[in-house]
Amino acid sequence: MLAIFLGGLLIYCSFEFPLWGDPHAPASTHVSPYYIENTLKDTSVPNIVTAVLADYRGYDTLFETVVIFTAGIACIFLLRTYKTVEPDIRLYRHIPTGITLRIEKGGKFPEGSRHFERLDTAWVPYDLIVKTTCRLVIPFIQIFALYVIAHGHYSPGGGFQGGVIMGASLVLFAIAFNLRSAIRRMGERLIMLLAALGVCIYAGIGTLCMLLDKNYLDYSAFANILAFDPASARSHGILMVEIGVGIVVMAVMVILYYVLASAGKHDEGL
Amino acid sequence: MADGVLEVLISRINYWVYIALMMIGLYGIIIKNNIMKKIIGLSILQTAVILFFVSIGAKRDATIPIIDHTNASAHTEISATNFINPLPHVLMLTAIVVAVATLGVALSMVIKIYREYNTLEEDEILPQLREDK
Amino acid sequence: MSWQIELIILAIVIICGVSALSVKDLLSAAILFGAYSFMMCLLWAIMGAVDVAFTEASVGAGVSTVLFVAAVYQTSRRTKD
Repeated sequence: MLAIFLGGLLIYCSFEFPLWGDPHAPASTHVSPYYIENTLKDTSVPNIVTAVLADYRGYDTLFETVVIFTAGIACIFLLRTYKTVEPDIRLYRHIPTGITLRIEKGGKFPEGSRHFERLDTAWVPYDLIVKTTCRLVIPFIQIFALYVIAHGHYSPGGGFQGGVIMGASLVLFAIAFNLRSAIRRMGERLIMLLAALGVCIYAGIGTLCMLLDKNYLDYSAFANILAFDPASARSHGILMVEIGVGIVVMAVMVILYYVLASAGKHDEGL
Repeated sequence: MADGVLEVLISRINYWVYIALMMIGLYGIIIKNNIMKKIIGLSILQTAVILFFVSIGAKRDATIPIIDHTNASAHTEISATNFINPLPHVLMLTAIVVAVATLGVALSMVIKIYREYNTLEEDEILPQLREDK
Repeated sequence: MSWQIELIILAIVIICGVSALSVKDLLSAAILFGAYSFMMCLLWAIMGAVDVAFTEASVGAGVSTVLFVAAVYQTSRRTKD
């Protein structure tokens, strides 16, 4: 009932909207011609969206990074439990023959042996194809993510997209192998530290610009210390800020997956 | 008279489709009983709003907002009517990332609710809430 | 030429949206939500918003679907509604 009323209201308002594709619509006439025409002169970055996001509206992006970081912390606060109760029964699988052992408490656990693999209580079959494929593909995904971050100036991409792809590659590793080995490689403390580090990089560059006697987040301050002209100084400032954003986004994606896949207990997973 | 109505209808129909999508999302949030369905409805509403904003910035016969580097040495052809308006794209980039952050927090809350009440249907949770009080 | 493609993709978007809200299996709802996200990404690519389309492809169809499936795995899978 409410939905129909709101829909009717919006349809009534839609008669005031500009026609599709009109170059004289009010959204396109006040500030954006300035952005389009002056981006290459001011910052020497061909991708207008990245330049506006990280340079003209960089303060906005700083607080968006803080919002993502806060969401990661909120997830940890909501779900993470630290009680370590060892389960009575551990399951191990003998890889060459495929037999599953069940070892009660008090027996000897074959830790770190090459022939035994620890299972969780969710009964996962041993699939060699998925493991081998993921082992081959994950480095290429990570290289692609780094390429997307670095080429944010010239092609669609930038910090967010590259950070999400990098985080997705780590999540893929955690899905294909089990969650325990993913945590062994990329520990929990390291990920949280990376998230904080990314926010500090972004805010730190802004403070550095302020210390060098210009406004906050005005990247042309770098033209004084290294021998650049202001346009390429801004371009390099944008690159450093995008790296910071990419690190935060990657860390938060991985934190979200770790917390959600194990409901906070970090010992079992998909 | 009929001509005018038809022309108005055809030129505005894309806005009506976007509004219909938003209303579908809103209906999902309000009417559905299951909490996961509510979260899906919320996400549908978010992406529909982003679609609406991006569609405002489109221009006829204009190209994507990336300046061609071989063209830039000429420095004479950058005029604002050749490029699509980049300002909604920037704001919507922020909106998408905030949407995924809220999705993560919402899903954590869902898991916690399930742990507490052992069900996800709202008409079973509300009586339990009233009893607990 | 482009308005025909847009019309078809818009129709698919609405069908995916409505069906993601009305199936009874939550895992199917998560996968349909991923499909909806992909179709939105295509729409934005047609309209020329390539940055937004890139972000939505990586976020919506990658990470968001995975998080949904992980949450469904931890809670129940059927629903009455």
